[in-house]
This record gives sequence, C-alpha cells and structure tokens, in this order.
Amino acid sequence: MKQFLTKQNKALLSELVRTDFKLRYQGSVLGYAWSLLRPLLIFVILYVVFVKFLKLGDGVPHFPIYLLLGIVMWNFFNEMTVQSTTSIVGRGDLIRKIRIPRWMIVFSSSLSALINLALNLVVVAIFMIINGVEIHSSLPLIILALLEVYMFALGLSLFLAALFVKFRDVSYIWEVVLQAGFYMTPILYPLSKITNVTLQKLIMLNPMAQAIQDARYAAVTHASPTIYQVFEGGYYKFIPFAIVLVVLVGGLLYFKKEAKYFAENI
Amino acid sequence: MANTDNIAIKVEHISKTFRLPHEKNSSIKGALINLRKRKKGYEKQHVLKDISFEIKKGEFFGIVGRNGSGKSTLLKLLAGIYTPDSGAIHVSGKLTPFIELGVGFNPDLTGRENVFLNGALLGFTRKEMLAMYDDIVDFAEIERFMDQKLKNYSSGMQVRLAFSIAIRAKGDILLLDEVLAVGDSAFQQKCYNYFEELKEQKRTVVFVSHDMDAVRRFCNQAIYIREGSFIKKGMPVEIADIYLEDNMESTRKAKSGLDMPKTSKLSAKVIAQKDDAVEVEFTYKSNEKDDMYLGISVIKDGISIAELNTSRDTLLKSSGRARYYLDTTPFNGGLYTIGAGLFRAKNAELLSINNNKAQFIVKGSDPTKGGALKLADTWKYE
Repeated sequence: MKQFLTKQNKALLSELVRTDFKLRYQGSVLGYAWSLLRPLLIFVILYVVFVKFLKLGDGVPHFPIYLLLGIVMWNFFNEMTVQSTTSIVGRGDLIRKIRIPRWMIVFSSSLSALINLALNLVVVAIFMIINGVEIHSSLPLIILALLEVYMFALGLSLFLAALFVKFRDVSYIWEVVLQAGFYMTPILYPLSKITNVTLQKLIMLNPMAQAIQDARYAAVTHASPTIYQVFEGGYYKFIPFAIVLVVLVGGLLYFKKEAKYFAENI
Repeated sequence: MANTDNIAIKVEHISKTFRLPHEKNSSIKGALINLRKRKKGYEKQHVLKDISFEIKKGEFFGIVGRNGSGKSTLLKLLAGIYTPDSGAIHVSGKLTPFIELGVGFNPDLTGRENVFLNGALLGFTRKEMLAMYDDIVDFAEIERFMDQKLKNYSSGMQVRLAFSIAIRAKGDILLLDEVLAVGDSAFQQKCYNYFEELKEQKRTVVFVSHDMDAVRRFCNQAIYIREGSFIKKGMPVEIADIYLEDNMESTRKAKSGLDMPKTSKLSAKVIAQKDDAVEVEFTYKSNEKDDMYLGISVIKDGISIAELNTSRDTLLKSSGRARYYLDTTPFNGGLYTIGAGLFRAKNAELLSINNNKAQFIVKGSDPTKGGALKLADTWKYE
C-alpha cells in the first residue's frame, strides 16, 4: 500500500467511480434520481408501517427524521459491503490483465457508496429543515459517527471481497447476516423499546447500533440514548470502537495477504 | 556492480505453481468436505521452474516456447499480475503490460468514455488523455462513432480504438503478448510498424510469441522455455531454430499413430541431412494394377514453394522405394515439410498421401532474410 494516492492512482480511481455511476442506472428513465428515490420510497414504506400503524416511535421527538437517518446510515453500510464483496471478482478482467493496486477496486466501490450517502444526507437535511429539527451544537459530531461506519464497512468490505474470491458462498451468507443485523440494530424501533437492560447493553456493543445512536444524538435529538448513557462508567463503552479497529486492521491484513493470488484464483 | 545500471529487468530463480482444482468447488461446503476427507481439492502444476535471466535496457527481448510452456505465465509474473512462489523479479523503470488490447473496455459505455477508462488503466491522467484524445480518435479512424456505445462497434473498430490508445503508452518497459498481433493483415502490418518504431526508439520491450518470423525480425535477444524450464538464451535465430525443432518433434509423435489407407500406403522420411541438402525416401505399397507416379511438394509456413512429380521420369508399379535428393542452398532458414502423394497415371487420381510428416530444418543465420527463398544481396544504389 505504498504510494497510496499517486497522480495515476487518483486518475484511475476517478475513472472507476465515474464508470460505476454511469453503468449503475444504465437504461433507466430517471437515472441518477434513483439514488435518492429508492431510499426515500423505502423510508415511506417503513414509516407507514412502523410509525403510523405500529406506533413504534411514540415519545421520540422527530421520529420520522430519526428513522430516516438510521435507514440512510444502514443503507450505506449495506450497499458498500454488498457491492464490495463482489467487486474483485466482478473486475476479474482487469485483475488478470493489468497491474493496478487491488485495493483500489474495493476503494472505488466504497467511494461510490460514499457519494450516494452524501446525496442521501442532503435529503435528510432537507427533511430536518421541513420538520423543524433544532440544530444542536453537537451536529458536527455526526461526521465522527459516519467516519466510524465507513471504517467499519471498509474493513468488512476488504475482508469479504478477498474471501469471495475463494468462496462464492460468502455473498449469500453476508446477505443473511445483514438481514439479521438490520433487526438487531435499533433502526426501526427506538432503543427505549428494549426494556431488558442487559439486552440493551448487548445491542449497543454492535458498532452500527452505537454509531447510528451517536449520529441521531448529534443531529436529531438528545433523546436518543447513546452507548455512554447505557454503560455510564467502565470501559465497556469502548468495545464498539475496538471492534471497528480490529475489523479494519484485520480486513486490511487479510486483503493484503490474499491480493497476491487474486489473479490466479478468480 | 558497474553494469547494474543498464539492466531493465532481472529475474532471479523464480518458480510458479498453480493449484488446479479437481472440480470447481469454490464453495465452503466443498472446502469442508475436502477437509474432512483430508483430501486436497487440487493438483499442483509446476508452471515455471527456477528461471533466471536479465533483460538489458533498450533490448527487444523475445520469450519463446510452445503452447503451455509457461511463457505467458512468465510475462504475467513480470507484469506483477501473478506473484512468484519463490525467487525475485527486479524491475527498474515504469512497466506497462499489454496482455490484451482494450483492457476494461465496457460495451455499455460510449467509445469516448472507454478511451478515458482505458487510458486511466494505462496510467494516464485525465488531463493527459484530453490532450491526446483527438490524436487517438484520428488514428483509429472512427470519429463519427465516438458517442455511440461500444457494443455497436464492429470488432475491427474496437481493436483499432484499443490499439490507438495502447501505442501512446509511455512506460520505460513494454510487455507485449502475441495476442496483440491478431486481426486482419492490415492491422498486423500496423502492429509491426509500431514494433519497428519501438525498436528504433530503443525502448525496452519484452515480446512473447510463437511467430518465429516476428521474433527473428524484431528481437535482438531471446530465451527459450520448454515445459517451464529455462533452456537457452541467445540470438533470435538460434532460439527460433530450437522452437522449430521442438515443434517438429511433437508433430512427428502426434502423427505416428494414424491409420494408413488400406489399398495404398505411402510414407516419407528424411534419411540424411547435410548443411546444404536433405535426402528424402518415399516408401509406397499399393494393390493398384495400373501405373502410378509420385508427386511431392515442399511446404513452408503452409505454402507450397515447389512441386514436382515422377510422371515424366519413370512410372511406378505396386510397391517400392524412391529417393529424392533436395538441394537446400536456395532456402532460407526455417521449418520445411515434404508432402507426397501417390497418383494413378492414366487419370491422375490420388490414391494415397503420406500419413506422416517428413520435415527438416534449414538453419538460418541471416536475420535480414525472410520468406522461403534466399536471394542474394545484389543491390545497386544511386
């Protein structure tokens, strides 16, 4: 991973991301608009079912925004890891024929996911203004939560992409894990609905749960309990950060070890 | 260490093994089953064994070997696409591999978009690409189509576009696979012109091929690889000779098991070879009652360069042997094949052809000469 971003690498990266975007909505009438429409429509469905019918968000101020932010962050995590898993194999034609840094392929698919996230956050911001969410001084802290999610997703992406070269089952397994993760993370329901304190603590050890709650706390409402409130004292509250660090370093090392053999294993 | 400065690529004792899976089981279930049976799900294939050589700066360096000898693997190792199991490769300078033209071309992008993508893969920045975009399009002669999707291009247009980008590559060392020179003869000529240019510019080029004419024409050094082992480094003419000899050996083996026709049999064999001549013996046996004659042709590169028969000389009966003494002084270096046929004299009907290939090699030492006939340098200058 020497010479991380040379002039050539930057040019290649931007070309790969560009291509990715051009190809993604090939032939669809609305094109790029789908990047925004898709999460919005999903949000509407979840909102109608969980907020209007099941009344899950009672007692949480600005619950629709709270819900939307959680969904946007989870979607980013989901999209980035799923796309990265098949990225190396999908770009097998390049890997077998030229020498480009292998990490660049995963990195470029992570960048397209990031761009989508940025677009979605613009939508969240617009809704925040419409919904009259007051701007806390803690708002800038949302960047830290997003950075954490990105690092977590990047570590997993590198690991999954390298593993997928050897075992094609990985994509199916990961799909199931993501589905389970979606329900184990307090996205649709507020954490306060979990009355069992031990379970609450367990749920918050998941970096995604911790990061989403932090982001909601920073941007939407201080009524969103964070890991610091759940655990109060003690070192347990650092576990999610440790997990992110381990996943990122582990993913990088595994990817680096396997990258040498991508060309012959694909 | 005085001469390390002019070494472009130094290959030290590299070996490469591929794991060939018994069946494609890239699933966890397959891996678990194999683990339980304590069985390895693959077979090891030693593709390259302990290869060492050096390529000097400015050399047009050929890597020659038969199909499956490991030469393309070697090129991919040099390119950094594969990693050797052991040994090391030292490269000084920027290296641009052309294992294939138009890497990364996407049928759903327009010609223009593909140019920029391919350019980025070759190490160009967008600015550099913008600067030479017009030249690329002009050279490929497809200006009108640049905003159409690549899938609507003919294959010829795609190759032209890819080639037009490829020749802008400015790496210090170029790795060229022979697949570059595919396509019609006009395109091949363009490729060869490009090679010629590279040679004039004294660029370092590594060229993998089994087109011996191209190797003789462009390379100034070459190595020969047989079944993954280094055999020889030398002048292209020597290396080309080894290749041709190897090839001949294997076709001889492949042909020997064929059935001969029942009613007539004919075989040809080179029985003696000197520097300037070969003697070929033809053995024939037939149930034919009529007179027969023997016809032969001398073939090089699939083209018959001389044909003659015995009909005027003598007519043959049922069985016997005939020898032909062939003066090879007018021949250029290369591999020649003798084709023979047994004909019925009264209606020139073919009764049998030789089932084996009689081949011989004329050693060539003059790289300025090509083709089948050796012509004298009787130039006149004004």
